[in-house]
Amino acid sequence: MKNFKSHIKKAIVLGSGALKIGEAGEFDYSGSQALKALKEEGIETVLINPNIATIQTSEEIADKIYFLPVTPFFVEEVIKKEKPQGILLAFGGQTALNCGVALYETGILEKYNIEVLGTPVQSIIDTEDRDIFANILKSIDVKTPASIACKNMEEAKNAVEKIGFPIIIRAAYTLGGLGSGFCSNMQELEIRASNAFSYSPQILIEESIKGWKEVEYEVVRDQYDNCITVCNMENFDPLGIHTGESIVVAPSQTLTNKEYHKLRELSIRIIRRIGVVGECNVQFALDPFSEDYRVIEVNARLSRSSALASKATGYPLAFIAAKLGLGYGLHELKNTVTKVTTACFEPALDYVVCKIPRWDLNKFSGVSKQIGSSMKSVGEIMSIGRNFEEAIQKGLRMIGLGMHGFVGNTEEITIETIEEELVNPTDRRIFAIAEAFNKDYSVEDIYQKTKIDRWFIQKLQNIFKLSCELSTHSSLDALPEETLLQAKKYGFSDFQIARMVLKPSASQMEKKMIEVREHRKAKGILPFVKQIDTLAGEYPAMTNYLYITYNAAENDVEFQHDGQSVIVLGSGAYRIGSSVEFDWCSVNAVNTIRKEGLRSIMINYNPETVSTDYDNCDRLYFDELSFERVMDIVDMEQPRGTIVSVGGQIPNNLAIKLHRQNMPVLGTSALKIDNAEDRQKFSTLLDKINVDQPRWRELSTIDEIHNFIDEVGFPVLIRPSYVLSGAAMNVVSNADQLEHFLELAADVSKEHPVVVTEFIEQAKEIEIDAVADKGEIVAYAISEHVEFAGVHSGDATMVFPPQKLYIETIRRVKRISREVAKGLEISGPFNMQLLAKDNDIKVIECNLRASRSFPFVSKVMKLNLIELATKVMLGIPYIKPDKSLFELDHIGIKAPQFSFHRLLNADPVLGVDMSSTGEVACIGDTYYEAIMKSMLSVGYHAPKKNILISSGPARSKLELLKSAQMLVDKGYNLFATEGTHRYFRDNNIECTRLHWPDEEDRKPNTIDYIKEKKLDLVINIPKDYTRRELSNGYRIRRNAIDFNIPLITNARVASAFIYAFCKYNLEDLTIKSWNEYK
Amino acid sequence: MKKVKLTLEDGTVFTGKSFGSEKPVAGEVVFYTAMVGYPESLTDPSYTGQILVSTYPMIGNYGVPDNSATRKVSNHFESDKIHVSGFIISDYSSEYSHWNAIKSLGDWLKENDVPGIYGIDTRALTKILREKGSMLGKIEFDDQRIGFYDPNLENLVARVSIKNTEEHGNGEYKIILVDCGVKNNIIRCLLNRGASVKRVPWDYDFTSEEYDGLFISNGPGDPAMCDATVKNLSKALEGNTPIMGICLGNQLLARAAGADTYKLKYGHRSHNQPVLLNGTDRCFITSQNHGYAIDRKTIPNDWEELFINVNDKTNEGIKHKTKPFFSTQFHPEASSGPVDTEFLFDDFINNIKKHKG
Repeated sequence: MKNFKSHIKKAIVLGSGALKIGEAGEFDYSGSQALKALKEEGIETVLINPNIATIQTSEEIADKIYFLPVTPFFVEEVIKKEKPQGILLAFGGQTALNCGVALYETGILEKYNIEVLGTPVQSIIDTEDRDIFANILKSIDVKTPASIACKNMEEAKNAVEKIGFPIIIRAAYTLGGLGSGFCSNMQELEIRASNAFSYSPQILIEESIKGWKEVEYEVVRDQYDNCITVCNMENFDPLGIHTGESIVVAPSQTLTNKEYHKLRELSIRIIRRIGVVGECNVQFALDPFSEDYRVIEVNARLSRSSALASKATGYPLAFIAAKLGLGYGLHELKNTVTKVTTACFEPALDYVVCKIPRWDLNKFSGVSKQIGSSMKSVGEIMSIGRNFEEAIQKGLRMIGLGMHGFVGNTEEITIETIEEELVNPTDRRIFAIAEAFNKDYSVEDIYQKTKIDRWFIQKLQNIFKLSCELSTHSSLDALPEETLLQAKKYGFSDFQIARMVLKPSASQMEKKMIEVREHRKAKGILPFVKQIDTLAGEYPAMTNYLYITYNAAENDVEFQHDGQSVIVLGSGAYRIGSSVEFDWCSVNAVNTIRKEGLRSIMINYNPETVSTDYDNCDRLYFDELSFERVMDIVDMEQPRGTIVSVGGQIPNNLAIKLHRQNMPVLGTSALKIDNAEDRQKFSTLLDKINVDQPRWRELSTIDEIHNFIDEVGFPVLIRPSYVLSGAAMNVVSNADQLEHFLELAADVSKEHPVVVTEFIEQAKEIEIDAVADKGEIVAYAISEHVEFAGVHSGDATMVFPPQKLYIETIRRVKRISREVAKGLEISGPFNMQLLAKDNDIKVIECNLRASRSFPFVSKVMKLNLIELATKVMLGIPYIKPDKSLFELDHIGIKAPQFSFHRLLNADPVLGVDMSSTGEVACIGDTYYEAIMKSMLSVGYHAPKKNILISSGPARSKLELLKSAQMLVDKGYNLFATEGTHRYFRDNNIECTRLHWPDEEDRKPNTIDYIKEKKLDLVINIPKDYTRRELSNGYRIRRNAIDFNIPLITNARVASAFIYAFCKYNLEDLTIKSWNEYK
Repeated sequence: MKKVKLTLEDGTVFTGKSFGSEKPVAGEVVFYTAMVGYPESLTDPSYTGQILVSTYPMIGNYGVPDNSATRKVSNHFESDKIHVSGFIISDYSSEYSHWNAIKSLGDWLKENDVPGIYGIDTRALTKILREKGSMLGKIEFDDQRIGFYDPNLENLVARVSIKNTEEHGNGEYKIILVDCGVKNNIIRCLLNRGASVKRVPWDYDFTSEEYDGLFISNGPGDPAMCDATVKNLSKALEGNTPIMGICLGNQLLARAAGADTYKLKYGHRSHNQPVLLNGTDRCFITSQNHGYAIDRKTIPNDWEELFINVNDKTNEGIKHKTKPFFSTQFHPEASSGPVDTEFLFDDFINNIKKHKG
């Protein structure tokens, strides 16, 4: 401890902002760990992160929190104000790192005498410039793929002359492989390279080593040059598929000792040469036919992989990395699991973990489903087992796409062309392999097409073979016990076994699954609980980090059946619609349980979360949130009850099933939850309490649909009961569109009815987040959307407290909420969405659980709604808050973050289905200040000069008229497409006409302006009348995304943003920490 | 398939499935926590007399490589046969996948007549060994009955050491390697550094021979069994010719210097043992396989501790305060395990260079 940096009294930690593809919840986990480590040393912490839903932005975690954009301007302002001595750059992903590099290069860190704690910035810069980095590696005899840095197309073509096709293009300084791709001919090169250049001034042309094994090491180094590799990981998918898109196992499975330690030694050699102090990730390609290798990437910061490695091993990488940054040596720190051994060691695993990505590509129209060298997944899961079969089957259930494991997915996607799937994989590749076995493909056939190591395919075949054996039996009594046990050891769920053996109809499924459960319990076939202790049992550890396996003979832990424990069900994989917000809710429920002197038991399996940090709860089951597994745990723990209302929809859906098995569910009765979830039951309730709702009907023939529309008129919202590609929930505005929709949703029938709802235009959307106790509301927060109804609430810009609602509207919302809370006898959190048009209020949705906006409203009004709700659910006395939302002197604005730039060809347009991947929220003293900060936080910036407006329908034109005038007055150059141009000119607003994309010969053309980056902001409001406009609009929007020009597609948001940046310069924005807003 | 069971001396019985030879065996049951390297570990002579339990559950994944050799030293194995008495794991990969594999682990065990059991809760077994210490155990098939056997009562070194001297390489530094059950990678490490190695039996009297350096290898069992080696070593310690020892070699060097050794409760058998270079802040991750250790309190005054285990503070190496003698309890030659301390072989060669002048 002699080199401890005792002069550091205050330090800034940079967060990663909104969750986006390639940069998600893992940085909430790593940032939180770093903050805990600093706090433990008595250092005052200042966190800059506009992601209000994170756990790190909580007062217990950081001393001062700034909900501001992580950009050099704002960080400098905070530095000026806070005068810290140190800064940590490695815990907020690429966003924090890029910001840190900019602060260093512009001399700001030096100017304010700020010390970077951890890896020196110059080392980071060296690793980020691939050319420099390749040379550094060469100097220490480490091989990288032949690669040439290029600054323009001509250089790129020359590089290919030298290396030869196939090649891969990579863009420097980007997130998760953005702009990367394989090219095997000149045409592909031209397309991909010009795209990559739009993201980065430098691209790399590299030799392609597609098909090699991909292996990663997580390496740690301290200032004494002590190095360890905490974990290695092997990709199931060979090189060519981004590691974020690949199934990954830890530790490696197919590497010999020589290969493992060769790559390990190289990792250490590299980290020493770079001079990392903290953590670093090294990715290798390993030749499957020799010990030859290439280093493909080094990240000198905490990463998604390091979060995974932490969870896979129990080694808290971010926590340790932060301590090392403060000057500790590894040997001076303790292993946080055993508490007696040193942190200077390499975890020994006695289990295998499997990471599987979660994609949501169905949410986007036009996007390619193929997976490859750039990342598209929005979340991931980690499963733990004592063999690969067990781990992969658990994992495939965890991703939550309705799959039951590797086999037994009867409602699975039809894979017409297995060949195509195997060679050009999509998000469904693993199920294509199952289907291939079904069609008698051999391990060798599948290997030849996929290049996935035969070992993995053999293991998958084991599962397949056992499923065939199960299917030969038709009753549980006839099923040999040995086979049943083997099935459980291979990770088969009771559901899968029921389906294969008992072959029930869908309606009988739940009953039959329980029959299997009862049968195996009677036979004594039960799972066991094992600890993750970092040392494979070598030292005794009091660890509470647990998983469940059938490959065992005894439990590692004992159970206290004293009625003092409470189970909290977490949120599972992050996905569009359910992410870090629910982790915040879960963690706060757990915190409250612990504060009340009860023991908290957390169940969750998402490695990117704080809730799966074993520090946070009394017991962590890193395991499935399936009915079967939750029942297993409830059977063993016999808790006081289970909380199902803080983890989003997955636990919410379990409520009724647990209730049917007489398992205590805390909070609102499971029957009432069912009443809210069931459209028909809920509708009846609303009628009973005289609350209005948009007219709707469940219809099963085309005629019925036409008749209903004749009654309510266009537009209508159509929701198929079953998602067909391109025919997800949609608003249909005219007969033409209806016809198009019905073509896609050809299968409208009694089995697959559609729900048609009248769609009210120009209506305000209002949300209420509340907590009720036995039907009586004890706290609530009402917020409004900037957008009119029709934009999914997850994609909407939310204002809290509402600024533009009539007092009368608010009064009515409160009254309706009280009625609903009473009608459903709510005890716990709930959320309701309503429409308001001229004080006419209609309920559109009600969830008897915490919602996405709970952390937002809780933090803005400084009243933790989850803490309150948890107390209510536990039946503990609480003080009823008397806070009124009208007392707030500040305004919070929550803005969505989109990741369209990662989703090739996806139409970046907002609709009734959610497409944002994350969000931020900023606080301001005025509405427009809060708007400005939020928009800057999700990547917008005040435009410099040129703005294109393509304003869509008449209403939007009107909406934008005043804003356009403001822009002209401010000296901006306005460009407009045909109709908008005419409209503006008629209204005396000066603007230049740009021709539509399909008028290619007519100049100036929109597409040229976008491609030449002559525009600083594109406002394109979709107009859904003619196909031609749709296609033109799509091309403008998509090109704006592909060429990295800020795009707004909603007139009300555009107008709010224009007002904001016309009123506020950057310098005018107040720099206030959260606790300064009273 | 025959039913196979493992019985521990405390009466605990584990039943599993066989994937090796169906020969009943008895020995000392020990666990190791390494995640890779079964071909290397199984052929490590230090495991002689022991039934090895792998805490890592999935074994056999990459098969077993061929038996080719370079400079009369096997390319892939640590000796010419499997030395463990039995191998106990949780999950066996009957099918394997690797470019250099030529057979499965099960077939290899059968060829060497060594039993292997899978389907055991190796974590539960490990916890017993951790709580009660390494203990005797036996593997039996069907109704076979055999007695327990304590390998530590026998001179195992005499069993695994070569019977006649052997020469390897023809480098400029002449090294006498006392084979107490040497791992091939020690020989490879010396040969790669320009040595010619004369490998001699454990009780060979080298004291009247000329050499540039003396190397005492690793080996199985209780160091107290190797009086002959200790006697020869004591004589060597009177001189100034560089000496290096590894593992059992560390313990024998200590005994020759006058220190005592003792049996650890369950030993160190893993790839993740942290050792601190005494008096510095340098910490290394090492590969280890030993059941005995030097009693730190008995190290004589003219010697000092070179390395210390950061976790349990046991001795991990000693050095003479003035002469070029040192040894380590861990395995700088690794194989299997991390290679971070291979530089110690360079130190040894440098000592030789200096000594030769």
